[in-house]
Amino acid sequence: MLAEARAGRSALLIAPTGAGKTLAGFLPSLAALAEDPRPGLHTLYVSPLKALATDIARNLTRPVAEMGLPIAIETRTGDTDAATRRRQREAPPQILLTTPESLAVMLSMEDAGRTFAGLSTIVVDEIHALAGTKRGDQLALGLSRLATLSPAARRVGLSATVPHRAPLVAFLSADGRGGDVAIVEAPEGAAPDITVRLPDGPLPWSGHMGLLAAPAIYDLIRSAGTAIVFVNTRAQAELVFQALWRLNDDALPIALHHGSLAREQRAKVEAAMAEGRLKAVVATSSLDLGIDWGDVDLVIQVGAPKGVSRLMQRIGRANHRWDEPSRAILVPANRFEVLECRCAVAGVAARDLDGDPPPPGGLDVLAQHILGVVCSGPIHPDDLYAEVTRAAPYADLLRQDFDDVVRFVEDGGYALAAYERYRKLFRDAEGRLHVANARVARQHRMNIGTIVEAPLLKVKLGRGFGGHVLGEIEEYFVSMLQPGDTFMFAGRLLRFERLHETMVECSPGKGDDPKVPAYAGGRLPLTTSLADRVRALLQDPAQWHDLPEDVAEWLRLQKSRSRLPGRNDLLVETFPRGGRWFLVAYCFEGRNAHQTLGMLLTRRMERAGFGPLGFVATDYVVAVWSAHQPTRVADLFGEDMLGDDLEEWMAESSMLRRTFRNVAVIAGLVDRHHPGSEKSRRQVTVNTDLIYDVLRKHEPDHVLLRATQADAARGLVDVGRVAALLKRAKGRVVHMALSRVSPLAVPVLLEVGKESVAGAGEDALLAEAEEAALVAEALGEAEPPPAPVHPVHRANAARDRHRPSGHALGTQGRATLRTIRGRRQGELPLPE
Amino acid sequence: MTAASIHIAGERLMLDPEGVLWWPARRLLAVADLHLEKGSSLAARGALVPPYDSRATLDRLLPLVRRYKPERLVALGDSFHDRHGAARLAREDAARIAALAQSVELIWVLGNHDPAPPEGLPGVTTEALREGPLTFLHDATGRPGEISGHLHPKAAIATRGKWVSRACFVADARRVLLPAFGAYTGGLDVRDQAIRALFPRGGRAFLLGRGRLYSFTLAELREAEPA
Repeated sequence: MLAEARAGRSALLIAPTGAGKTLAGFLPSLAALAEDPRPGLHTLYVSPLKALATDIARNLTRPVAEMGLPIAIETRTGDTDAATRRRQREAPPQILLTTPESLAVMLSMEDAGRTFAGLSTIVVDEIHALAGTKRGDQLALGLSRLATLSPAARRVGLSATVPHRAPLVAFLSADGRGGDVAIVEAPEGAAPDITVRLPDGPLPWSGHMGLLAAPAIYDLIRSAGTAIVFVNTRAQAELVFQALWRLNDDALPIALHHGSLAREQRAKVEAAMAEGRLKAVVATSSLDLGIDWGDVDLVIQVGAPKGVSRLMQRIGRANHRWDEPSRAILVPANRFEVLECRCAVAGVAARDLDGDPPPPGGLDVLAQHILGVVCSGPIHPDDLYAEVTRAAPYADLLRQDFDDVVRFVEDGGYALAAYERYRKLFRDAEGRLHVANARVARQHRMNIGTIVEAPLLKVKLGRGFGGHVLGEIEEYFVSMLQPGDTFMFAGRLLRFERLHETMVECSPGKGDDPKVPAYAGGRLPLTTSLADRVRALLQDPAQWHDLPEDVAEWLRLQKSRSRLPGRNDLLVETFPRGGRWFLVAYCFEGRNAHQTLGMLLTRRMERAGFGPLGFVATDYVVAVWSAHQPTRVADLFGEDMLGDDLEEWMAESSMLRRTFRNVAVIAGLVDRHHPGSEKSRRQVTVNTDLIYDVLRKHEPDHVLLRATQADAARGLVDVGRVAALLKRAKGRVVHMALSRVSPLAVPVLLEVGKESVAGAGEDALLAEAEEAALVAEALGEAEPPPAPVHPVHRANAARDRHRPSGHALGTQGRATLRTIRGRRQGELPLPE
Repeated sequence: MTAASIHIAGERLMLDPEGVLWWPARRLLAVADLHLEKGSSLAARGALVPPYDSRATLDRLLPLVRRYKPERLVALGDSFHDRHGAARLAREDAARIAALAQSVELIWVLGNHDPAPPEGLPGVTTEALREGPLTFLHDATGRPGEISGHLHPKAAIATRGKWVSRACFVADARRVLLPAFGAYTGGLDVRDQAIRALFPRGGRAFLLGRGRLYSFTLAELREAEPA
């Protein structure tokens, strides 16, 4: 590291977590500053986490002070007050620790050139977590700007082990193509010690929560020093936490940590963890990255890990001494997850990291960056284009796309040139771009950032002015609550009192049937490479010998009743059940791609006259049920599905609308949603769904719609994986027409009604609801009867009747109510 | 296209699923909250949203006028998003409105967003239009026989699978509240106090759908009501 520094070369340091790489990244800077403690900004450190920046500042300050070095070390984050920020720009410390967002704000200031002029080193921490995300795009653009302002600065990237290192090298390089970056690689740490713990009793067929294993998890926690219990969703975190406390006769200090809890609450848990006061913390991906806790000696993953890289990242949170094995235990919740866990363990042993190479940079982020650069001072578009293409995610950006984005920033970039007088930028005689006025710059700086939250409401325990805020939940979930309803949040049972302005006021709850807020997009889909491993395992009975007997028997039955999904074919089963026909496709492309596929399949089946009634998607399969027998099944999976069907569906898809909203906010088309000023803002904002409709109709080729489609290729819509599947399946669809449900199809059929997204259009649903209300009225019932429920829903109908509206609720990528039943819930101890 | 028929003060009125009200006996068509030029109004404040909202709104309104062939078209206020909206209309949009006035009497009811007559456009301007037992005005006062807009009612209903939210008419035997018609107009939930207060004895919401309305009593919609 020091050698590369003396040579003035940029370097990517790749090391497993716990190898002390952050300190290694700073060593050259400390050495240089000790020799020559010149004033001015010397080293800039950028981390994806505010907490990490703060923690590292603390860890650096102490030794520096003890050595008596005159080096100023400060942080600059969203929490830094205005006076400090101003002072930092005028008289910067020698070492400044910050985040991509705060860096972007600093770069948009008129004095950015002066602030960063003497910069010698830029350290980018956890670079693997940033590359390929919109925050990463923003940082890459920021680095290319810094290369212009301070060309002498070398870059140091710190990364965990990754499957694709070329994109990281490119990300770090000054030319955006990987030139002049040395790779420094730490030796691999000891192989982790991973085991799979099955729940006691027969293996469940379905379900993802893993609550049956709570006693086993509790015993594991009791026998460990300090444990992190990782789960996959916030809802699961609430449930597992609650299940553990129900068993917690020893009153072990077990805490809860997820992204919706109030910041202070999370900070409290993190502090308690750092001080070793906790026995365990139940956490979501909110703890995937973060401060090292040396004392954690066990990681428990409840539910399927979904990806090898992700599992390794989580396992790395235990035992940060890299030469000793980390200890981890996987707790699958159902049969498919047993297969997935088994494959993930093999994947970790083979160090077979997964993850897609980063996609090209987002045009929305580029729009934000361009405005920021112009806010800092005039610049010619040619120079800006050259600078931007030196950022790796934009290395292949077409000039046409760049110009379209510039035009968007200038005046909206519409074919109808209506906004001449509202331009945000103007061009001088030499063609340089200037910001139109100070208000534009001010507004821009307030809206910098690429993280867009769904509309959230604060949850408060207590009424009126008193009480304290526990965290935030999605507005959508609140809209489904009635006063008196109870729900689980922050590990407490709360009773919904009222919605007061933007506060959800609650009191401590009691009762038997609480709901659990679930969140959109909380679940990561199964990765392609882990899916491949699962497929390979299914295909090869020789590997089944060490599977639990339940599971092996299940697979043997499948083999004799139907067949096993092959590695390169697409198995599709059809069978009648309960007066309906089912079509189950074993695609293994992850839940998001399956959701999209399910939408498209139901459209085609509708046209083919099969009368589709609904579908359900899991990480492994998609199942559609219909009134008539589906025939010519291979034709349903034709590649042309991505033509008109996709186009039509995109017009009304709520997920596409959400994608557009994020793009519109990041690109600066609309300001961020600020709950709390709802009423007065109604007149100055417009719902992005309405903009989406108007823009699609009148200017379908607009740059923001192009950005939306690029995003739809992955993430929640994941069209990319659907396309890959259809290509792979071409000519290889194996259709098994069965007389009854196959063993492998049982888990997904049990999901029907629990997780289902109705295939019917909104109007059909409205008609159904209206009919139900009419029937209720005619029969003179006080409450409308449950909406007509599909035969396979019947198992759930009893449960659904307990719901307030009498209707089954499902998910539409937003929120859902999950009913749980428990005892003694009112007596949960409060977490501290 | 199926319009729903209701009776207020003995008059038969038709609620069209596109969000307009038709009074056959007087050949009068009413539309609320067009909010024309909301796009350019937002642009002036720094949000350069697509400038096609007036065009999109007129694209929906003109076919309705052709279908019903009214003698009078009453715009129930907030026809423009701000008082200078009419002056900002694109030339072709202004021309379409002028052409409309050739065959129909245009009546601009004033609203809080557009408290003055629209500049340069044909038509009559009024605070409220009294016609037989009915009064067409922007914001309801609570007196019977009022046909009004202003509140942008919408309603959400729990269906199998998900909640569906739509703009809607709200009506009882005494009044009708029209949904906002403009392309960029959002909505206020019918459970909001401002709307509930107008329907103390309950009423019915007619949710706009494709080619038809879906009707629910306010009580049904209030099941999940936040306090």
